[in-house]
Amino acid sequence: MPAVTVRDLTRRFGAFLAVDRVSFEVETGEIFGFLGSNGAGKSTTIRMLCGLLKPSSGSALVGGIDVGRDPEAVKRRIGYMSQRFSLYELLTVEENITFFGGLYGLDDRALADRRAFVLDMAGLKGRERTLTRDLAGGWRQRLALGCAILHEPAILFLDEPTGGVDPVSRRQFWQLINQLSSKGVTVFVTTHYLDEAEHCHRLALMHTGRIAALGTVSELKGTFNARAVVEVRTASPMAALRALDDLPTVEKTSPFGTALHVWLRPGVRDTEPLQRRLEELGLAAESFEFVQPSLEDVFMDVVAREERAAV
Amino acid sequence: MRKALAVGRKEFWQIVRDRRTLMILLFVPAFFLMLYGYALNWDIRHVRLAVMDREHTAESRELLSSFVNSTYFDIVASPGSMAEIEGLMNRGDTRVALVIPEGMTRDMRAGRVAYVQVLINGDNANTATAIFGYAQAVVRGVSAALQLQLVGGRDFAPPISVQPRIWYNPELQSTLFLVPGLIGFIVMISCVVSTSLSIVREKERGTWEQVRMSPIGTPTYVIGKTIPYFLISLASAFLIIGASMALFDLPVRGSWLLLLFAVSAFLIGALGTGLLVSTLVDTQVLAFLIGLLLSLLPTFVLSGFIFPIASMPVPIQYITYVVPARYFLVALRGIVLKGVGFGVVAPELLALGLYSFIVLGLASVRLAKERG
Repeated sequence: MPAVTVRDLTRRFGAFLAVDRVSFEVETGEIFGFLGSNGAGKSTTIRMLCGLLKPSSGSALVGGIDVGRDPEAVKRRIGYMSQRFSLYELLTVEENITFFGGLYGLDDRALADRRAFVLDMAGLKGRERTLTRDLAGGWRQRLALGCAILHEPAILFLDEPTGGVDPVSRRQFWQLINQLSSKGVTVFVTTHYLDEAEHCHRLALMHTGRIAALGTVSELKGTFNARAVVEVRTASPMAALRALDDLPTVEKTSPFGTALHVWLRPGVRDTEPLQRRLEELGLAAESFEFVQPSLEDVFMDVVAREERAAV
Repeated sequence: MRKALAVGRKEFWQIVRDRRTLMILLFVPAFFLMLYGYALNWDIRHVRLAVMDREHTAESRELLSSFVNSTYFDIVASPGSMAEIEGLMNRGDTRVALVIPEGMTRDMRAGRVAYVQVLINGDNANTATAIFGYAQAVVRGVSAALQLQLVGGRDFAPPISVQPRIWYNPELQSTLFLVPGLIGFIVMISCVVSTSLSIVREKERGTWEQVRMSPIGTPTYVIGKTIPYFLISLASAFLIIGASMALFDLPVRGSWLLLLFAVSAFLIGALGTGLLVSTLVDTQVLAFLIGLLLSLLPTFVLSGFIFPIASMPVPIQYITYVVPARYFLVALRGIVLKGVGFGVVAPELLALGLYSFIVLGLASVRLAKERG
């Protein structure tokens, strides 16, 4: 049985359709990523799955329980950690653990066990009495994760969990998430960091309340297989971008870091016309290279397609 | 219950570590008590008096010494003319002037009505009224004594004489009347403001969202959150009652148990008001302003703390029925000054209970709505 089953889930706020007939399934033990820009409907979907918001229509089964019917039972089975690491800053590490254990009704024995586990996992042994306010971001994040899994939930929701944390801490965090997943915990994560999305087994791209694309990372990238993407490095990328955009063999161009990505039309592999055009304009390219499309490319492409379809 | 206790314990740690909240709950009340307790005082003593005595007779001297002996007046100047009196008044050197005109003694001895003039600075109406009352009392007393002497008989006494006894506050110290009001005022403000801030702060920081994701009902959470505020406010209330006993000789004539009961009923209403405020706004600044506005003004103006409710216009008297401090003050004054029992303050306690029930009900309805 899937850990999460969503059928035609919809939520309206007045006339505004925040989530529009969304359907998907998440397997037990899977790390499922929810990707999308701000306002795409990610948070609204998560809030419905966690039992905070009632769906306007459609259904969602989380751990086999209908969230619309019994939100409190869902809350007992899930863990939730949000972008703001909602810990109490004036409480010590230990006091935060005790408090969240109390919220989930853990008895003293279970709490002692889990406290030891969380301190070990977060690398906070010996710092039990430090005020949370005085912890660095990475530790705070791991403590927040620890507090979210004190009651050993089968499903863990992470709402943009790694905002404002340094890359090393981020990698450690994802190692912990992978460990949880390998023990059978289902992890549902929203993010707008595309590099983070690569850690997910499967991804759903959300745009204006709908799921625009869904699949594994390589499946999503595979939608580009028919087209070649050329990364061009040049001294004046903006001028080159304009120059290449109206070539007949080019589908579209977009800036990518300090370089450009040029999508060739399906079937085209020849970069000759590109090089010629740049030479004509005196914008000699430093390098021409075929590249694997990044998730960002996929995401931008999906968004552009959706927007074209909406017009 | 286990969960509510976990919340209460957490809240207690937070309050103890957050100096601002602890200040609001413990030190601000004590500070207010000292400040207002000494400043709010209607008793007027040692009024600076200027005397223009045109007579210099035994009778006029007797009148003057009665003024001085009353301890209400100190003679600070003996001006020789009306112009001089005006100068003294304008500079604020005196608040009141007594003019004994020529011919007073003659008129008295002849059995005619004699007049003395009392000039009072009326820029502060309350003080002027009080001074007028004192002056009249002094003159009346002297006048009665002189009358007896004139009639010449020791066996004569005035036909009717009043023997006043002021109960509960024999020296008519206004402090004794004001301190119970002050206690209610301070407790109300610190309670409403600190409770409303505590919940709105969680909304601002995002911990509110985290808690709502966990399987704890909003009522359980709110109850757990108010337990430490209730206990700390209760301690603070009794602290200032104790301080009032030490500093202002406040007697507690009634039962301490009844006092505990009345203070608790009032506190629950105040905490409920704070909760209600926190469900209406989303920022600490707004919560602070609304909490202050809801607690400070009505408790100061509409509770009978300073201004007697009976002398307010009738429509405003109706408004005072929804001010909880109104009932608390009656109950508190009854218990500490008069030593009355449960039977007497029962209507007030009932009103406080009803108020708590209504605000807590409204707050729960609002909280339930927020769950969407």
